[in-house]
Amino acid sequence: MKIAVPVKFVPDLVEELTIDPGGTALDTSWLRLIINEFDDHAVEQAILLKERVGGQVIVAMAEAEGADDFLFASAAKGADQLIRLTGDFSSSNNHALARALADLLKELKPDLILTGVQAHNDLDGSIGPLLAEYLGLPYVGYVAGLTAAADMVTVRKEYAGGLIAEMEVKLPAVLGIQAAEQPPRYVAYSKIRQVMSTAKIEERAVASLDLSGGITISRMFQPEVTERATMMGGSPEEVADKVIEIFKELGTL
Amino acid sequence: MDQDIFVVIEHLRGQIADVSYVMLAGARQLTQDTGGKVMAVLLGHNAQGLANSLAADGVLYIDHPALAEFNSDAYQIALASMIKERSPRLVIFGHSSIGMDIASGLSAKLGIPVVNSCRTFTADGKFVSQICGGKIMAEGDLPTPTALITMVPGGYKSEQGQSTQSATMTAASTPALDGIRIRLKQYIEPDTSDLDIARETMLVSVGRGIQNKDNIELANELAEALGCAVSASRPVVDQGWMPTTRLVGKSGKRVKPKIYLALGISGAPEHVEGMSDSQVIIAVNTDPNAPIYNIARYGTTVDMFDLLPVLTDKIKQAR
Amino acid sequence: MEITLSPLSPSFSKTFITSLYELKDGERIRTCLQCGTCSGVCPFGYIMKFPPGKMIGALRAEIFDQVIKADSVWMCISCNACAAFCPSNIPITSALMTRAKEEMLLAGNIPSELQAAMENTQRYGNPLGESPRKRADWTAGIQPEVNILSKTRQPVEVLWFVGDYASFHSRMQPATKALAKILNALGVKFGILGTEEFSDGDSQRLAGERGLFEMVAHKNGQLFKKYKFNEIITTDPHAFNAIKNEYPALGIKYPVRHYTQFLFERLEQLKPLMKKEIKARVAYHDPCYLGRVNGVFDEPRALLTAIPGVELVELSHQRMNSLCCGGGGGGMWLDGFQWEKAHTRLSEWRVREALTVNADILAVACPYEPPRFEDAAKNVDAGGQLKVREIAELIAESMEG
Repeated sequence: MKIAVPVKFVPDLVEELTIDPGGTALDTSWLRLIINEFDDHAVEQAILLKERVGGQVIVAMAEAEGADDFLFASAAKGADQLIRLTGDFSSSNNHALARALADLLKELKPDLILTGVQAHNDLDGSIGPLLAEYLGLPYVGYVAGLTAAADMVTVRKEYAGGLIAEMEVKLPAVLGIQAAEQPPRYVAYSKIRQVMSTAKIEERAVASLDLSGGITISRMFQPEVTERATMMGGSPEEVADKVIEIFKELGTL
Repeated sequence: MDQDIFVVIEHLRGQIADVSYVMLAGARQLTQDTGGKVMAVLLGHNAQGLANSLAADGVLYIDHPALAEFNSDAYQIALASMIKERSPRLVIFGHSSIGMDIASGLSAKLGIPVVNSCRTFTADGKFVSQICGGKIMAEGDLPTPTALITMVPGGYKSEQGQSTQSATMTAASTPALDGIRIRLKQYIEPDTSDLDIARETMLVSVGRGIQNKDNIELANELAEALGCAVSASRPVVDQGWMPTTRLVGKSGKRVKPKIYLALGISGAPEHVEGMSDSQVIIAVNTDPNAPIYNIARYGTTVDMFDLLPVLTDKIKQAR
Repeated sequence: MEITLSPLSPSFSKTFITSLYELKDGERIRTCLQCGTCSGVCPFGYIMKFPPGKMIGALRAEIFDQVIKADSVWMCISCNACAAFCPSNIPITSALMTRAKEEMLLAGNIPSELQAAMENTQRYGNPLGESPRKRADWTAGIQPEVNILSKTRQPVEVLWFVGDYASFHSRMQPATKALAKILNALGVKFGILGTEEFSDGDSQRLAGERGLFEMVAHKNGQLFKKYKFNEIITTDPHAFNAIKNEYPALGIKYPVRHYTQFLFERLEQLKPLMKKEIKARVAYHDPCYLGRVNGVFDEPRALLTAIPGVELVELSHQRMNSLCCGGGGGGMWLDGFQWEKAHTRLSEWRVREALTVNADILAVACPYEPPRFEDAAKNVDAGGQLKVREIAELIAESMEG
């Protein structure tokens, strides 16, 4: 089975995020990028599947600082083919990225495409379903676990509250991974270093990005942060009422 | 604006998902500010009864066996045809396992922009989306003439999306629902015996302040009333009062629920590491200097043994 | 336990033992008497399926793959007690245990907490997963200002390698500030690497991540090259151990001392500054990689006894025979795993020892320890009366008088 895993980097939330002077985007000079955690699970799920049914795993991503390290680490985990899209992605959006990835995947013709169900910086849709539509393939997201047959996968789709729907999806298909069956594995640094000297990253130039379908941000800002907790005083009854109010406000009651 | 706002109602096994009401509440707010009607879009099979509680100006209903259960292929075909036919101003989906399966695909299919993770609309009709784990808000004009939206909860109260008066139902035309490549095999109930706290949307979490094993029952009762799980900090698990599967923190699970109710937890870094990504932390700790208050959104120094029984009772009443 | 004498893969045992021979004193493993001292002195020996002695036995029987399949080697906290008491002087911790952990890690058999610490080190240069940009945040408010070499590029007498937990851990930061104040009071011209500093990598190395250790060591080596200083001092005994004993083999050679040694040398200058009496019975816990591994026993004790009012008492495990806090060699990131297996904590044993000798204060000189022992004290009966203090904190407190 040929499994392709398109992944993307997102801002690392370990660092304080700041808004650029234009006020409509994140300040990239202070940005540290990290693999979208759902994409990391997608890579793991692809490798687990390959170990179970055989085949090959292709990991593809747009160039970014640290992209090569991630691709080599994926190879050390078991990915067979590494692809880096090159071009100017500075003003890219998910629609453009999905179109560029779709062009690549039309060539590669994988049986199955796994990608993270979402990323925390998705503003104009998520990659998986965009990709599925551009490729004319079915899409199921929030997948945590799957089994594969020749022309079909059976997936476990998660709904809120833990309800799981078992669904059959005809191949080829795109799946949005919520969680791999096992947490992403560890690869020793020495293994990654070894792979760096043997594995190759193929480059695919993306001539121009088609941003249509995207959205325009007129203002980006940080929500008000209260330094310390807002303290709720009063009798247990009064505090209980306030807590219930908060629950209701958050739509959990 | 003066065009209709469609809200795609989410339902599973005869139950409307709460996010549907939140979306209706948001849509109502927006139409109050900018005009237009709120139309609930209900796709299903023999599911007309679900429309009763929806606070909408009207309900567009498509009844078809292929829509009996959620299916992203069938939903997308039905919605694409409806959107093309009726050109709404806005179509709102939940930012959820249902809405996210279809909103982006429709964007690509119809060439209509989609805005993800919208939390609120401003009075002048802009979207405000919440990204980067809630650390950043992004605001912008709703794309014209039609825009798709996925909506996160938190911005509107679901009560305001509920109604006791049934709205007028209109049967929308049904396109040919063939070429479906996805089939529901079965539903699997959540396995509560082996609960994964990392996936819970709400947690009642107990720390050292709970004092002994018997007191955990107080937390259990509250969690039961809330319909959520109980987790714990290290000392509680070490004492064997809670299984390791419920441990939050450095050596346990990393959780990021919508609400984390921390009971008698001091907020040691080893614990905070595992729960600081929670959307809202409510801390109950008699020590006003406990570090937990540095990361909690709300706090109270009321004794939890006084608070818990009262809170549990009141929640049972509110349900 | 069933031992199969038809070995599953004798070649693995052979390659493994050959790799040990290549390590310093590795050949000594041939001289094992199978006396069992190592397994007896090991604090977790009683619970390991393969304690050190049995591991060597398994190697000889060429069934070492069974050791790798069992996960008992993750009970090892690299405290070096086995090696210190081995009559044949076999480098059990540094060679056998460390190599075995490396094999586990290469096979992908790694407890999740430890995996997170390793990934954090790869990514952020520290196992805590903190933003490297915040590494020098603890210096805020200290006067005179702490000299951060990347900013000032001034030559200094002393490069203070602060280390991960001393820089980032909220319980350790007060102790780190205390040491900065002491150095300032002594008029020491010192500097720190600030946000550029990387983890010393020693615990990661002892937990089997040799490649990662070399990566961070080389990064620190590049930094050492960039700045002018006479010697390095460290807060962390593990950093001290790494720079003293491990970095030289990678071509990174600098004189290094633990801060207690450095302060001991200036004790006469320090004494008149310590005016406030701290009336307390103080027990000193020897950190494994300061004491047992590197022989620094007397200097910390001399510093403590120099504090007016302090009465030094000895714990039952002391000096060469000290009992590990459980945090070293990756133990800091194996707490959950080890609790699952043992349902006991070394740090709690240690706190009980301190209570037995009626200590008011447990004094420590390793940044893993204050949070570990404080947490342990909360779980031990009557532990609430025991205070845990870094030596630097006690000195600084006495200087406030």
